[in-house]
Amino acid sequence: MARNRLTNFVSSVYAVLIFGFIFLPVIMLVLFSFQDGRLPVSPFNGFSLQWYEAVFADRKLMSALLHSFLVATISSLVACLLGFFAAYGLARFKLPGSALQRGLLIAPMTVSYLIIALGLLSVLNVLGIGLSLWTVGIGHVVINLPLCFAIIYSSMGDQHINIERAARDLGASDIKVMALVTAPMLLPSLLASFFLSMTFSWDEFIIAFLLSRFDVTLPVEIWSLLRSGLNPKTNAIGSLVFLVSVVLLIVLELFLFGRTKKS
Amino acid sequence: MAHVSLEVAERRKAWSFVAPALVWTFVFFVAPFLFMAAMSLWEQQGGGIVRVWKLNNYIAFFEKDALFRGLTNSLEITAIVTVFSILLAYPLAWIIAERVPQKYQRTALILAILPFWTSYVVRSYSWLLVLSRNGVINQALLNLGVISEPLELASNRTATVIGFVHFFVMLLTLTIYANLVQLSPNYRRAAADLGANAFQTFWHVILPLTMPGIMTGAFLTFVLCIGDYVTPQILGGNNELVLPQIIMLQLGRRADFPMAAALSIILMLVVTAAYIACARWLKIERT
Repeated sequence: MARNRLTNFVSSVYAVLIFGFIFLPVIMLVLFSFQDGRLPVSPFNGFSLQWYEAVFADRKLMSALLHSFLVATISSLVACLLGFFAAYGLARFKLPGSALQRGLLIAPMTVSYLIIALGLLSVLNVLGIGLSLWTVGIGHVVINLPLCFAIIYSSMGDQHINIERAARDLGASDIKVMALVTAPMLLPSLLASFFLSMTFSWDEFIIAFLLSRFDVTLPVEIWSLLRSGLNPKTNAIGSLVFLVSVVLLIVLELFLFGRTKKS
Repeated sequence: MAHVSLEVAERRKAWSFVAPALVWTFVFFVAPFLFMAAMSLWEQQGGGIVRVWKLNNYIAFFEKDALFRGLTNSLEITAIVTVFSILLAYPLAWIIAERVPQKYQRTALILAILPFWTSYVVRSYSWLLVLSRNGVINQALLNLGVISEPLELASNRTATVIGFVHFFVMLLTLTIYANLVQLSPNYRRAAADLGANAFQTFWHVILPLTMPGIMTGAFLTFVLCIGDYVTPQILGGNNELVLPQIIMLQLGRRADFPMAAALSIILMLVVTAAYIACARWLKIERT
């Protein structure tokens, strides 16, 4: 018993220390976003919302926010759709070289974002295609397509085949089967891959940095804010981004993972 | 052509489903990559690129200390980060899996990786709030009277390592926890029945069984850490540049795309080597 108590004590101390390490920077970030002063470091002068007002008044930040949202939504939709079609084709039909095709589709996952961005950038340069939010979106589809494909493919179990066959026997076309039978059955994994792609695209920096020019996404705009050093405004926008991610995570947990557990 | 066999028709249909994703991957991933591999053999001269097909960029990499140090810095930092992350994450994963009541485990895990979801750029910035000259650690030490002058904690290798370890502890906690909860309690009982004490059980039974979780997390850590530009750029200062920083330097001031391409190929070869080592290790372990 004495040893068990000792283990419990050591465990608790360790848990407190490591949680402190994990949360220290986040606490500093959020706390000093409310700083009533020009520096986001102690002493804490008092509670103020002025930096949040500054964030919402900043046209560049607000348009970057909109750009990020658009790029994340559209690129995730495209990645999800392409991934779903490919998973359907590879899981429901016998194709020669299907292992090779799966490998090719997964391959971008093993390559650093920096290298993917650099490859696209050099090709765009040579072809004389200008950089824009579209090129950022293309890059984000490249990194999210393997993820969507892998998630959806792994959930395409054989247990659904008979239901699809029944629908086809009743006269439904392939597209109809996919839209009205397969997609609803796979809804949890479709949504999971869509939201996961959204969070990755939303947070992605290096591709967005290298493949954009005049219109930029939020992480790139925050990056240029960093040049001004420690600034409570950066804390405020950082805290807001964190809040969005946490809300997204809670939504995923409550409506998606919670639901799959029950069924 | 009038009688296309059923099989061919099926196959054609299957292709039409897979083709869009394959074409996308080929046009926007494979082709650019091949182009970059070709470009790494060309040369930047004056204002333009000369298509000479020589290994000059790779030779320069091994000869110029400033370039080669990038790789050794990257490898050193990545190795330190991987080891520290495993050492810090394992006990946390163990505590969540063994000491936290089943009902609260998922909540504890989500809480433990919550800062994982802060924006990547912002997470590095928030370490500046902790480590900089007027950051919280210096303030605390000054107030306690431990030091009289603020310490330079940011803008060096230690700061980069701390920023990385913070991120990867959360990732490894996830992979190791997933591995730990899969283990049947019978292993522990069997070991106890055979007379093993708690430490022996851990060292000879639990640890080897959680090696796959550790290796998966360690591989992810290696790949993401060695390819990252943001954390070292924000926290590391300008003294010890890592490979991604040197690649970005080629793009910026010098606009030397062939050299950047060659360095990227080297970075990719290192990652591939790590992947092969990991895959082989996991295979050996399973058989």
